[in-house]
Amino acid sequence: MKVLFFASVRERLGTAECELDGGTLPADLDALREALAARGDVFREVLAQPNLVCAVNQAVVHGNAALRPGDEIAFFPPVTGG
Amino acid sequence: MQRFCRVQQADFDPAALQTALLAGDGAGEAAGALASFTGLVRRPSGDGAFTGLTLEHYPGMTERAVEEILDEAALRWSLLAIGVVHRIGELAPGARIVWVGAAAAHRGDAFAACEFTMDYLKTRAPFWKKEHLGGEARWVEARRGDLDRAARWAGAADTTTASTEE
Repeated sequence: MKVLFFASVRERLGTAECELDGGTLPADLDALREALAARGDVFREVLAQPNLVCAVNQAVVHGNAALRPGDEIAFFPPVTGG
Repeated sequence: MQRFCRVQQADFDPAALQTALLAGDGAGEAAGALASFTGLVRRPSGDGAFTGLTLEHYPGMTERAVEEILDEAALRWSLLAIGVVHRIGELAPGARIVWVGAAAAHRGDAFAACEFTMDYLKTRAPFWKKEHLGGEARWVEARRGDLDRAARWAGAADTTTASTEE
């Protein structure tokens, strides 16, 4: 399970991605957010941002969603292209 | 229907893209209208320290999001061709960032599809702008106005399709 971070989220966390392995993969997004928040204050603050966008397998997801091994999850700020 | 979506560092030539848009499937002779939009790197008013932007994207999801917007535009309007080019990386003031072009039999479809695609691109495609000001850099905040513009297209399907002859 791969977790990607973009733009200001990537910069604040100081990392572009992390790989979750093993038998304790989070079963859903809420569990993933909890697992990431346990990594430290910066993770907890970033994940608490009210406008944070989450995508699972490159599609935006609102609220919770089930996760499977091999999923690609991403967290990023609101988009500002164009 | 001819369509393309390109995410690239390189600059683009709007005239060449216009030609490419009309090249497929005989669109060139069926088309009575081609509307296009070019977005440029704007210097914030009065900000002499502004030296340009960096554009970041999400490889894979960005292309997918743009393709979904093109699918939606093709459903809503009667189009012969539609294309998007969006640049990433370092961009100087005045540089071209984005190009959208839509070709149709009549101008109503072309204008509307072009504007819709830009409005959705700005609020749904994962691109992020970082402004460089002197030695400092800051991420651009999403604008309420962009969300409002995109929201205009929600709900009822197109009501602007024109039957006007060119």
